[in-house]
Amino acid sequence: MSEGIGARVLRKEDKRFLIGKGRYTDDIIEQNQAYAAFVRSPHAHAAVKSIDASAAEAMDGVIAVLNGAQLTGDGIGNIICGWGVTSKDGSPMNMGAWSALATDKVRYVGDAVAIVVADSLATARLAAEMVEVDYDVLPVVVNSVDGLSDGAPQLHENAPGNLVFDWELGNEGPTDAALAGAAFTTEMDIVNNRLSPNAMEPRAAIATFNEADDHYTLYTTSQNPHVARLVLSAFYNVAPEHKLRVIAPDVGGGFGSKIYIYPEEIACLWASMKTNRSVKWTSDRTEAFMTDAHGRDHVTHAKIGFDKDHKIVGLKVDTKANLGAYMSLFSSATPTYLYGTLLSGQYNIENIYCNVKAVYTNTVPVDAYRGAGRPEASYVMERMMETAAREMGVDPAELRRKNFVTEFPHQTPVIMAYDSGDFAANQDQAMEAADYAGFEARRAEAASRGKLRGIGFSNYIEACGIAPSAAVGSLGAGVGLWESAEVRVNPVGTIEVLTGSHSHGQGHETTFTQIVAERFGLPTENIQIVHGDTDKVQFGMGTYGSRSGAVGMSAIVKAMDKVEAKVKKIGAHVLEASEDDIIIEDGAVKVKGTDKQMLWHEVGLAAYTAHNIPEGMEPGLKETSFYDPSNFTFPAGCYICEVEVDPETGTTQIVQFVASDDFGTIINPMIVEGQVHGGIAQGIGQALLEGVVYDDSGQLLSASYMDYAMPRAHDLPNYSVHHQSTTCPGNPLGMKGCGEAGAIGSPPAVINAITDAIGNNDLSMPATPAKVWAAIQAAGAKQAAE
Amino acid sequence: MTVVSMTVNGKAARADVPDNTLLVEYIREHLRLTGTHVGCDTSQCGACVVHVNGKAVKSCAALAVASEGADVTTIEGLANGEMHPMQTAFKENHGLQCGFCTPGMVMTATDMVARYRESGKTLDEAAIRSELEGNICRCTGYHNIVKAIADGASKMASS
Repeated sequence: MSEGIGARVLRKEDKRFLIGKGRYTDDIIEQNQAYAAFVRSPHAHAAVKSIDASAAEAMDGVIAVLNGAQLTGDGIGNIICGWGVTSKDGSPMNMGAWSALATDKVRYVGDAVAIVVADSLATARLAAEMVEVDYDVLPVVVNSVDGLSDGAPQLHENAPGNLVFDWELGNEGPTDAALAGAAFTTEMDIVNNRLSPNAMEPRAAIATFNEADDHYTLYTTSQNPHVARLVLSAFYNVAPEHKLRVIAPDVGGGFGSKIYIYPEEIACLWASMKTNRSVKWTSDRTEAFMTDAHGRDHVTHAKIGFDKDHKIVGLKVDTKANLGAYMSLFSSATPTYLYGTLLSGQYNIENIYCNVKAVYTNTVPVDAYRGAGRPEASYVMERMMETAAREMGVDPAELRRKNFVTEFPHQTPVIMAYDSGDFAANQDQAMEAADYAGFEARRAEAASRGKLRGIGFSNYIEACGIAPSAAVGSLGAGVGLWESAEVRVNPVGTIEVLTGSHSHGQGHETTFTQIVAERFGLPTENIQIVHGDTDKVQFGMGTYGSRSGAVGMSAIVKAMDKVEAKVKKIGAHVLEASEDDIIIEDGAVKVKGTDKQMLWHEVGLAAYTAHNIPEGMEPGLKETSFYDPSNFTFPAGCYICEVEVDPETGTTQIVQFVASDDFGTIINPMIVEGQVHGGIAQGIGQALLEGVVYDDSGQLLSASYMDYAMPRAHDLPNYSVHHQSTTCPGNPLGMKGCGEAGAIGSPPAVINAITDAIGNNDLSMPATPAKVWAAIQAAGAKQAAE
Repeated sequence: MTVVSMTVNGKAARADVPDNTLLVEYIREHLRLTGTHVGCDTSQCGACVVHVNGKAVKSCAALAVASEGADVTTIEGLANGEMHPMQTAFKENHGLQCGFCTPGMVMTATDMVARYRESGKTLDEAAIRSELEGNICRCTGYHNIVKAIADGASKMASS
């Protein structure tokens, strides 16, 4: 049917956004609302000696100035990381204390020291400036390599040497032996640049304490409001879970940055109780750069070995991961179980060893950002493959193909068991779409215009649809990663689906509706998706890790299975037929081979009037499912980027970008393509433009859109997006997840293309014109010297 | 405090506001027209674009008092009973995801089409991309926004 699985259904949610009727957190005004502003540390590392709020408190319109000592005095707990990672010596990770409002010490520029609540935003901000904090400034360290060095300033007493953990995966001895015996080896230093997620809607929160029943309501920009409620109640003691309602209304993008529960939400809830006012805080953009969790920031040395037939024999990876000043909610998982586990790439590799040292520095916490660990893994693997191919003098596509995993399931040496895929098919499709065969002619033509043309591959694989609860539990996760769904058929036959997934741009109101429409043969206009409110949806794990399709929609399918079973029983009873002869199609319950039928709304009415349902059956038609996946899913694909570099200026233009992805079953190709476009744009942004810069004193130099180069329309090409899918055997719809692939697969393709163009493999992201120009000069000098 | 009067979406609006009130604050906080968004502090992102006397303006970079007597159109005022052709084009081309930058994109797009039509210039893909310099989207990678604007331009020409 035209609105079911595979149809390009236009989005149900679009109208409200297009006519200006979206409802984002900052659009909401509560009665009796006051405004919060935070007093933030201007220093990257300092002892807090005293706080004098008297001038601020004396200002007209200031309601309260509250600090960390009061917060901890009220029993508000420290912010925690929810995933325990164990070091290779068996010791637990060294989690430093993080109070929502700093007490004795501040550890990054922007660390909150106090919250000011006032009648107006202008007054709150002015008053925050009036709070005098006496700091004793301490030495600073901003990058992971310096953080681990002898004599580095120490951030947390319980983390000697700033080491959060020293983690390993794989088998070091056999990997070393394999590399020692390799016919060819390639070694590289690879930096994955630090990024700021930059959802266009800044974070915001409105907390309301109602003294009538000791109840709290929090509107917040969250990707997972139920997790927020759990953490706020169970760990931060802000409010008991049954007395706290968390609502994430329309949310303007997340990309990971809105998974975490930040100091501001905690402080606003607490301040609301202290002041008996609704307390609203909205981040400005500079605050967002200073306080939203950053992404990536890896420094890696890697070595790969091949035998004489160019088969990979071993891979050894050593990574230093900057976690910033504190451990954010999933910060430990990102550079470990979402990174080391993907280092086998699309290839058969017997021996892999990975060591990751996670390091505290005087920078904002680092956590998952679109792709989370997998872009870092894919960048290491795909730059190594391309560089190795060049060094061995073989075609990079051919080298990859020779090493592809071709049989499934495939157990890698780094935990993951790939369930399905056809990597050669994706590569074929991408190469054809990119006219790989015609590239040398295009290169020659570009050279005649004085341009350097290059082509680069990236054959990524990732693990998403997170995740089987027991599996992640055994790896240290503090939560299960199932999803819930409730399918309510109303007495008139319309359907509401309550989901624990959260849409902040992904179009769930459309795609989730499509699977219900397909199942029961109903028009999509009769189906409503409800999400983002802990008072409506009982529990859910939210949206990140490309999980809303493979896990969230699977839960809906399971709940629909139960609805269908009950509907068939009612149908069989009313139509006086055997249950086995009942079919559901075109919005009716029919007896196979007869003209007997009940229309869908008649079934609904029958279930709720309960005048004539099977004996012993409960009235009503509403079913719930908690779906726990049996495995990760493994989207994979081949991306080919073609660039032209101007040797005079070092400017790179992307002239072609082709993607061939395997996402399994696709519900709505239009939405999937949109996800790929956006992911690729973020990957190109990382490769060419974006980079967070702290100076040596820990000041954030890239704290506005004047300083942080966001990709704009004229920086980016059109994308040539294709699909070549294998069905995922692990979930009922056969889906793999498409949200992060673009950001995971694209950076190495871009850098491989530029390095091909300029003839120098030594180039780091972001490949700014200055860097590219310098790399061209270096290559020229090298050539001249030879 | 200053009394400002202007016409917003065809209706007279009048309020006594602090002198330093930005036009976007006036629109969002005083008139409660929250379709106009604030995405940055440096007039870079374009989420706040409205039309003042028929021209696209970043309302975060203008004082409310500077629009005294002006005719202001926000995203809420663009549709006339049914959706504006540009709004329809954004929907049909999947030119939006999270929706936050969308009002600014649409207001910029309609202004862009009108300016090019007036000056007789061709609004091709390169021109659209160049004209979007002041509007940032983090979701779509711009591919479908560019398509939507081209489609919206055709729709506007034939409406």
